[in-house]
Amino acid sequence: MFDITVNGVRHQVDVVPEMPLLWVLRDELGITSPKYGCGIAQCGACTVQVNGAAVRSCQARMVDIAGKAITTIEAVGNGKLHPVQEAWIEHQVPQCGYCQTGQIMQAISLLKLNPQPSDEDINKVMSGNLCRCGTYERIRLAIHTAAQKIGGN
Amino acid sequence: MSEKPGLSRRTFVFGSVAVAGGVAFGQYGQAQPAPSAAASNPLMADLGPNSVSFNPWVEISPEKITLIAQHADKGQGVGSIQPLMIAEELDLEPGQFEVRFAGPSPAYFNTGFAHELAPFMAADQSPEAEKARAAALEWLRKAGLQMTGGSSAIPDTYEKLRMAGAIARETLKAAAAKRTGIAVVDLRTEAGSVILPDGTKIPYVALSADAAKITPVAVAKLREPSQWRILGKPMERLDIRSKVTGEMKFGIDRTMDGMVYAAVKLNPNKGQPIKSYDASKAQSMPGVQTILKISNGIAVIATNSWYAMQAAEMVDCIWEPSKYPAEQADHWNVVAASFAPQFLGKEWRNDGKIDAGLNDGTLVEAEYRAPYVGHQPLEPLNGIGIVTDKGMEIWVGHQTPQSVQYIAATAIGMKPEQVTFHNEWMGGSFGHRLEFENVRVLAEIANQMRGIPVKLIFSRKEDFLQDIPRQIAMGRCRGSVNGGKIMAADLQVAATAPFKELQARMGAPTKDPDGQLAVGIWNVYYNIPNYRATSFEVQGLSPSTTWRSVGASANGFFTESFIDELIHAAGLDPLMARIEMCKIPIYRKLMETVGEMADWKGPLGSGKGRGVAFVESFGTAVAEIVEVTMTGAGIKIDKVWVAADVGKIIDPVNFENLVQGGVVWGLGHAMNCELTYAKGAVQQTNYNHHEAMRMYQCPVIEVRGLENDYTVRGIGEPPVPPAAPALANAIFAATGKRIREMPFNKFIDFV
Repeated sequence: MFDITVNGVRHQVDVVPEMPLLWVLRDELGITSPKYGCGIAQCGACTVQVNGAAVRSCQARMVDIAGKAITTIEAVGNGKLHPVQEAWIEHQVPQCGYCQTGQIMQAISLLKLNPQPSDEDINKVMSGNLCRCGTYERIRLAIHTAAQKIGGN
Repeated sequence: MSEKPGLSRRTFVFGSVAVAGGVAFGQYGQAQPAPSAAASNPLMADLGPNSVSFNPWVEISPEKITLIAQHADKGQGVGSIQPLMIAEELDLEPGQFEVRFAGPSPAYFNTGFAHELAPFMAADQSPEAEKARAAALEWLRKAGLQMTGGSSAIPDTYEKLRMAGAIARETLKAAAAKRTGIAVVDLRTEAGSVILPDGTKIPYVALSADAAKITPVAVAKLREPSQWRILGKPMERLDIRSKVTGEMKFGIDRTMDGMVYAAVKLNPNKGQPIKSYDASKAQSMPGVQTILKISNGIAVIATNSWYAMQAAEMVDCIWEPSKYPAEQADHWNVVAASFAPQFLGKEWRNDGKIDAGLNDGTLVEAEYRAPYVGHQPLEPLNGIGIVTDKGMEIWVGHQTPQSVQYIAATAIGMKPEQVTFHNEWMGGSFGHRLEFENVRVLAEIANQMRGIPVKLIFSRKEDFLQDIPRQIAMGRCRGSVNGGKIMAADLQVAATAPFKELQARMGAPTKDPDGQLAVGIWNVYYNIPNYRATSFEVQGLSPSTTWRSVGASANGFFTESFIDELIHAAGLDPLMARIEMCKIPIYRKLMETVGEMADWKGPLGSGKGRGVAFVESFGTAVAEIVEVTMTGAGIKIDKVWVAADVGKIIDPVNFENLVQGGVVWGLGHAMNCELTYAKGAVQQTNYNHHEAMRMYQCPVIEVRGLENDYTVRGIGEPPVPPAAPALANAIFAATGKRIREMPFNKFIDFV
């Protein structure tokens, strides 16, 4: 049995210690916003926050995660849309949308560490998140817009 | 071969350039019951009390309005624009209706394939061409094939969904007139209500029972685009918010009470069965419930997908070896040996005197290659199925509902009508979800687990190993230039036949040549006096299938690279020469436009180069210019300009997004991707082996849409084919190095 706190709610899960957080969230807790894409940290679709930092949940084993605070996209805006989500809507970033929850979680983390990123900064951090539909240009624009929104607050 | 109703063989050889498959689909026509009320509107069967359905796309109950999305949504936005086209005429606002994907029915036959089926080039508006298109449409109506693909969603639905909305609107007004005694001309509609002269609103839902009692009212004329409230203007896609909040449920996110989780290990020698297996290591792993043998592998049933995948990996399997060559080099050898009469697909064009033309002036020869490539949408193949003695119910994101029924039923000895299909929002497809591996395997597993819902997810590795790739192709091109003019071009392509193979797997085999191997070599609009285009169909290699833009993804690269070589040999400017040679005024305009956007002024110098390419596919003409710089770390793509003509732009923001995505798709795979075989199995098993484009390589992509074409065209695929040749031509302009084989990173470094 492991204790895990997701979006402020405590759960107990009975899984093997090696089970990745991704599958605990999806199959044990029914939280499906983190997506399975590659299973080897190549695509970023499973990105969530662990103690505030962006983490590939397909690589985070339960034994290492237990007791830490997990945040998924449902809770990033504290009941509202996060400015990054607002920017994503303004630029209509998604096509299929499967990667976008991971992209947004990564972008939120980027802006926390670097509130005014250049295109190059964005490319560096966001290149770990694959988008097969090819929405990269809109992601870059949306991150700049989100940076302005957050900076202006 | 079935009869082709109303078509004269002499004037209309069906399937000759048939993207949608020509005669083969006759089988669907025969399989369907004769048209009846139920067939003409499948919504009638499940209509609740006091509810009305005016046509297969609109359903109104006393509680809610439901609009049916006929084409499946794999990210291209049709889950949004289809209902919005209805809403435009029905005077509904976003939020006033629910969207449901269509079940299988011939009522949802795809009219959008009519242009591709008729053996006339897209720009041909002659009476003969139009007659053939009309005949193709009638044939499609009889065939009843419901398919999302071929960039056909908007061409198919642009008229019929607006008409569906208009008929519903007028019928609701008639019902209100009957109830109130007020003349129809004095009624209007707005935001989901009929509005009386005194301003009283009667919500549509309150009229459903009355409307059900009257025959749907015929509508003569649709609203002019100038009257549109929603269409043609920047609008928010209906699915954007749920995709940004994480609420969107894709197929992989669906759960069901009492369901079990399945993972598979399948024979990587595609199409071959399993010989034997040893599950002793896997059997005792955590979460494992049972391990099943299926026709080409094993399935692990577990309490969680991860347990199932982990255990599937640990099953030792002995496979039947592949029927195709085990090693990649032999695949290429087979392709190279296929430029021979016994493999002839068809000579699609033979203008002028090709032999004499080739002898006129300087001969230019070149050979090009396009490898197998994977689709690999980010949502892996999956599905949920339940089999009982009565039939199968399946939830899976798919582009061909009727084929899902056929494949699942065939796998477990049932009849297609015993399979109930529910579509899902898809996390990408690019052609992957026109194929059936997950459907067949899920049916086999669920059949052994009768009564229990089974959720199958392919691991990424399994998805790569089972991905039926883009065709492998070689182009052999010869041409001549004389006195600053291109005198001849002889384009020969040898490739596996992607669409023909898909048709065979759909249960509708054809002997006609694969029309997709003509696209990009046949529909070439340059004024070259001696021109020949021929396809050869390679036999005995890996199965292949449709990959975003299909035949043109390889052929467009060959043709537009070779035309560039001829233009260079003739000493001409790549863009100006294309414009001058182009016979179609609106296509010339398109190339002029992309030239203006890029401010094209010829060579740039200092390590910079620009390349241009122009390809028409699925009727949509697209011109692209790519600019690159040769840096110390390799080629950097600075910028891309794209002009595309779709006749009418319905959803401008999504249009731009799809064009940008198509360019990223075309460039990324041309630069970085191939699938290769070793010991009968694909060697690339995750994205680190098959990366396509990541953000750091993605340039700014400037898009302009034109509306000069005479009919409405699609945009999902056509931006893909020009991307690779425009990049290769830019690299040549920057470096003098001509790259004739994808992926380009085998020959040059990219930043």
